[in-house]
Amino acid sequence: MAEPARAKPKPTPETQYFWDGTQAGELRLQRCDACANVYFPPRPFCPSCGSRKVSVFKASGKGKLYSYVINHRPAAPGFTPPYAIAVVELDEGPRMMSNIIDCPQTPEALELDMKLEVAFEKLDDKITLPMFRPAKG
Amino acid sequence: MRRNQVAVVGAAETTELGIIPNMSQIQLHADAALNAIADAGLKLSDIDGIATAVETPQQIAHYLGITPTWVDGTSVGGCSFMLHVRHAAAAIEAGLCKTVLITHAESGKSMIGKLPRSIPADSLQGQFEAPFGVYGPPSMFPIPVLRYMKTYGITHEQIAMVAVVQREWAAKNPRATMKDPITVADVLNSRMIAYPFRLLQCCLVTDGGGALILTSADRAKDFPRKPVYILGTGESVETPMVSQMETFNSSRAFKVAGPTAFKEAGITHKDVDHLMIYDAFAHLPLYGLGDLGFMPHEETGKFIADGNTRPGGKLPLNTNGGGLSYMHSGMYGMYALQESVRQMRGIAPAQVKDAKISVCHGVGGMFAASGTIIFTNER
Ligand SMILES: [Zn+2]
Repeated sequence: MAEPARAKPKPTPETQYFWDGTQAGELRLQRCDACANVYFPPRPFCPSCGSRKVSVFKASGKGKLYSYVINHRPAAPGFTPPYAIAVVELDEGPRMMSNIIDCPQTPEALELDMKLEVAFEKLDDKITLPMFRPAKG
Repeated sequence: MRRNQVAVVGAAETTELGIIPNMSQIQLHADAALNAIADAGLKLSDIDGIATAVETPQQIAHYLGITPTWVDGTSVGGCSFMLHVRHAAAAIEAGLCKTVLITHAESGKSMIGKLPRSIPADSLQGQFEAPFGVYGPPSMFPIPVLRYMKTYGITHEQIAMVAVVQREWAAKNPRATMKDPITVADVLNSRMIAYPFRLLQCCLVTDGGGALILTSADRAKDFPRKPVYILGTGESVETPMVSQMETFNSSRAFKVAGPTAFKEAGITHKDVDHLMIYDAFAHLPLYGLGDLGFMPHEETGKFIADGNTRPGGKLPLNTNGGGLSYMHSGMYGMYALQESVRQMRGIAPAQVKDAKISVCHGVGGMFAASGTIIFTNER
């Protein structure tokens, strides 16, 4: 029997723009045209004011480490422990779950509030995941 | 809701707790239900309202042979039963039914007849959390805690003390799964699960169940057990995605449910004799103490580390040993309610002397939902 594979997102009509963005090397967010609220995860209306007039834009890809765990066991299929599961606070405001790459997966290296920048990891022809690495400079 | 109009008149856990390899999940529900019905001195045919979670009400009603006129299948995780108590109290007051049975059971360890829990790949969790290696509650529930510690200056040793103190309570409970004393060093040297949490800061995985029977306070005095009245209730939900909480410095669901219950009960924190805060992981009592307004979050770690919640302390907390040491079948809220009822009846193994008010606070999912019930034994 094959090893269970890493969980892979399956886009919906409402989230497709986000996954199209990561494939194109862009982190895309939505902003409300009525109240300027920037939000995540994707939906075609503003969860702050209810307006359906919202726009997709390319985010800066910059953020900071809000919190994390370093998972030892049980490990998710496709992951080699220990690995950090992080929540990144984007400069635009929303937070998203991700992994931290190009960085030792240790409490010493993973400092809360450290600056991060987005990086893209291609899973297959359809899905590219947004990852984050310590920001340069 | 008006105070003290509804009472718990039956309460019981499954005959066994821990590892129960000879019973399916649905039979655990029935075992707990039959024990609670016997505790109340009732017959199955007396039950006209039913509430349960994960398993459907139709499943449990049919299995038990009950024809309800009121049904609640609210299933928001481990605090579902707090919400059931709240909804049942409102339904009884409104005259929708007279005698409600609330059941919980989970074959959490033996996994017999247990429904699979899976996350669809096209759900929001499946798209925006699962691909990053979350895998079960230990990898998710502790994600906020490093931020909480940094914000409020809470130490690893203080959070370790949550587990140490609860083991002290568990030692007084013959039915607790883990009773041997532990030290802060034992906690901090136990196997790493998901940094910063180690094995002894994570809940047990066991089999078991529990059931409650509620009726109007006016009828309650004719039952064999001392009635335990519903003084105040609260509930809320936030998000199924831990990454999307408004803040990791508190729980919005806690901050709605807890104060709603206190306001309804018309009590202050000084009036609380006994407290249960659902502890799936060791940080939850800290969040609970702060979000329910017992003290500022900055003081929660020190409060527990100083021994205020241990046996003999001024605020007895999780007196059955909690999810960390008593039992945790997957949805622990029912066991917290059972302990509050025992304390109010005056029959708990680690009885708090002269306790008159018990606050029972639950969490569902990873801070996704919350329910708070305040009980009293005085009408
Ligand atoms: Zn808006």
